[in-house]
Amino acid sequence: MVVMNLAEAIGSGLDDALSNDDRVVLLGEDVGRNGGVFRVSSGLQERHGENRVIDTPVAESGIVGTAVGLAIGGMRPIVEIQFMGFSYPAFDQIASHVARMRNRSRHRFTVPMVIRLPYGGGIGAAEHHSESNEAIYVNTPGLKVVVPSTPYDAKGLLTSAVADPDPVIFLEPIRLYRAVKEEVPGEPFDVPIGQARIIQAGEDVTIITYGAMTKECRAAAQQLDTEGVSAEVIDVRTLVPLDVETLVTSVTKTGRAVVVNEAARTGGYAAEIVAQLQHEVLFSLEAPVERVTGWDTVFPLKKTESYYLPSVARIVAAARTTLEA
Amino acid sequence: MEQILTPEGTLIADSPLGVDDVRRLYRSMVAARLFDRKSVALQMQGRLATYAPFEGQEAAQVGSAAAMRSDDWMVATYRDAAAMWMQGYPWESLFLWRSGDERGGRPPDDVPVLPPSITVGAHMLHAVGLSWAAKLQGRDTASVTYFGDGATSEGDFHEAMNFASVYSTGTVFVCQNNGYAISMPTDRQTSSDTIAQKADAYGMPGVLVDGNDLLAMYDATSVALARARAGDGPTLIEALTYRIGPHTTNDDPGRYRQRREEDEWRLKDPIERVRRYLEAMGVWDPAWQAEIENVESEVIESAVGQAEAVESQDLEMMFGGMFETPTQNLIAQRELMRPHLEGE
Ligand SMILES: Cc1ncc(C[n+]2csc(CCOP(=O)(O)OP(=O)(O)O)c2C)c(N)n1
Repeated sequence: MVVMNLAEAIGSGLDDALSNDDRVVLLGEDVGRNGGVFRVSSGLQERHGENRVIDTPVAESGIVGTAVGLAIGGMRPIVEIQFMGFSYPAFDQIASHVARMRNRSRHRFTVPMVIRLPYGGGIGAAEHHSESNEAIYVNTPGLKVVVPSTPYDAKGLLTSAVADPDPVIFLEPIRLYRAVKEEVPGEPFDVPIGQARIIQAGEDVTIITYGAMTKECRAAAQQLDTEGVSAEVIDVRTLVPLDVETLVTSVTKTGRAVVVNEAARTGGYAAEIVAQLQHEVLFSLEAPVERVTGWDTVFPLKKTESYYLPSVARIVAAARTTLEA
Repeated sequence: MEQILTPEGTLIADSPLGVDDVRRLYRSMVAARLFDRKSVALQMQGRLATYAPFEGQEAAQVGSAAAMRSDDWMVATYRDAAAMWMQGYPWESLFLWRSGDERGGRPPDDVPVLPPSITVGAHMLHAVGLSWAAKLQGRDTASVTYFGDGATSEGDFHEAMNFASVYSTGTVFVCQNNGYAISMPTDRQTSSDTIAQKADAYGMPGVLVDGNDLLAMYDATSVALARARAGDGPTLIEALTYRIGPHTTNDDPGRYRQRREEDEWRLKDPIERVRRYLEAMGVWDPAWQAEIENVESEVIESAVGQAEAVESQDLEMMFGGMFETPTQNLIAQRELMRPHLEGE
C-alpha cells in the first residue's frame, strides 16, 4: 500500500498499464515532458520513452482521430484531453467514430481506448475549464463512462478501463486531484466498471451522486446526522452502464432520494437517475425524488462559482424536503 | 501534372507496368465500371439505398490501389468502392452495405480495409493512426486514405496531414479532385492553385497527377508507398479527375454544371485511353472485351445474389453491435422492443 492522492493514483495506474502492456500508449497535449498540466503523468515519459508517452500537437480531433487508427491497428491508446471543455473539437471523432466503429464493422474493428477528461468546477478557473458535460457522452451510444471520486477507485477504474475491449470515457474530478490521500495498492488491481459504491449506509434518505460532489454529499450527510437524520450516500462511479440495482435496493429501503450532480440541470445525468428510480421504485417512494444540480447557465467564473455548484446547504435542504413530504 | 499515358493512349514516359499488368488492371477498371452502373440500376429499382457513383474515377482508384501491398491499410469513402474492392473488400459486402445492412461494413478478416466513411474528412486521421501503429510496432505497413477535394476544407484533413508529418507516418493521402463537392466546384472550395501544393505547408511532398491516367496513378502511389516504407513519411497525391455522374443517385448535376463540361471529360475517359494503348500494343480486341465484360458481369450478378440472400437481421444483431458484451441496459431495451417486432 502506498499513500496517494487521486492524481497520483491515476499516474500509478498509467504507469502500471504502460509497464504491463506494450500496446499501451499515452498521448495528449503536454503529457510527456511536462507530465500533463495536472502532473498526472509526471515522470512517465522518462520511464517509458517518447514513443509510449507521446506529446502531441494541440489538436483534439487529431489526437482522438489518430488514436482510433492506433487502436484498430493493435495499440491500446490512452488519450488525455487537457480539460473536458476542450473535448468539443474531438467530439465528432468520439461520437462519429470511437463510439461506432465496432457497430459499423459488426465487431471486426474495435476501438479499445480510454479518453481521460479532467472535468468539473470549484477551482475558480478560466472559462471552459470547469465544464461538466458528461451528459453528452452518456447520450452517445457505444461509450462507457466512469467517474472515480477516490484515489483507490481512480486507480482501480483506470485499470479496468484500459483492459476494457470498448471505449471508456474516464472523468477526472479536477477538484479532487489533490483533495484527499488514502492507501492504494502499489500493484495493479481493478474496480469493476458498472458497480456503484455505498459510501455510507443510512436509513432515512438516499443521496446519490458521483465525482467531486461526493465531498459535498458526505458533508451534507454529516450535518443531517446531527439533526437525527440517517442518510445513505451512494457514489455511482460508473454512469454507463449504471448500476441500477444498488440504487433501487437503497431507495426501496429509505423511500426517499436526492440526486446530486454539478452539471447543468436540464437533461443532465441526474434526470436519468430520477427516471430510473420513478420506474423501478415508485411505490416505495415516500416523497418526490429531489435533484440538486448546477443551473442552466454557463458555468460562472470564480466570483459566482458558489451560486452554481451544489452546496452542502442545498443538499441538506433537498433532503429535508423529501423528509417533510 | 504527372502523366504517362495521354488521353489518346500514347505513352509519353516509360510505363511502370508490363503490358500483362496493364491488361489486368484494364480489366479491373472494366469490372469496376460494371459494378458502378449495376449499383445505379439497382438503386433505381429500389434494391439499394442512395448510391454515390464513381464513373470517371476508375483509374484514380484502381491505379493507386494496385500499388498497395496486401497488408497495407485502406481507409476510404462512400465513393471508393473500386479502390476498396482492389484491396480485397468483396463486391457482395459493398452491395450489402449499400442495401442498408451493417454486415456489409465487415470485410473478411484478412482484408485491411475499414468500412466506407460517410463523414467527410474524419477518416483520414484513422489512416494516420493505422500507419503510426505499424511504425510503433516496427512494421513497414503503410496506409492509403482516399478523399475528395471538398474534404480538404475540413479541419481533420489538416490535422491528419500535420500528425502524419510530425510523426513521419507511412500514410499516403490520395485526394481525388473530381471537380465538385456536391454542387460546389473546387475553385470555390479553396483559393490554392492546386490541392497538391497544400503538402508544402506540412513539409511533405505533394504531387499533382492526371487522375484519369492509370499508369501515372500507379506510379505516383508506388513512389509514395516506397517512401512510406522507407520511413520517410507521408505524401499527398492530388488525382485530377472528374465525376461523370451525379454526386449521388439523389443529385441533379443540371443544377450546378453544364452538360458540355461532362462531354469534354468523357473524351478523357480513363478506361478508353488504356483500351487504345492496349489495342496499339496488339493485346486488345472486341472479342476479349466481350469476354471480360461477360465474366465480370456474372461475378457482379452473383455478388448481388449473395447480398440479397442474407438472412434478415434479428434484434440481437442490432443491440449486440454496441459492445463486446451487451450491457444489462441494452438487453433490457432489446426485450422492450421484442413485442413490437412486425408480424409477431
Ligand atoms: C462532415 C460531413 N459534412 C457534410 C457531409 C455531407 N456531404 C456528403 S459528401 C459531401 C461533399 C464531399 O465532397 P468531396 O470531398 O469533394 O468528395 P466527393 O463527394 O466529390 O467524392 C458533403 C458535403 C458529410 N457527409 N460529412
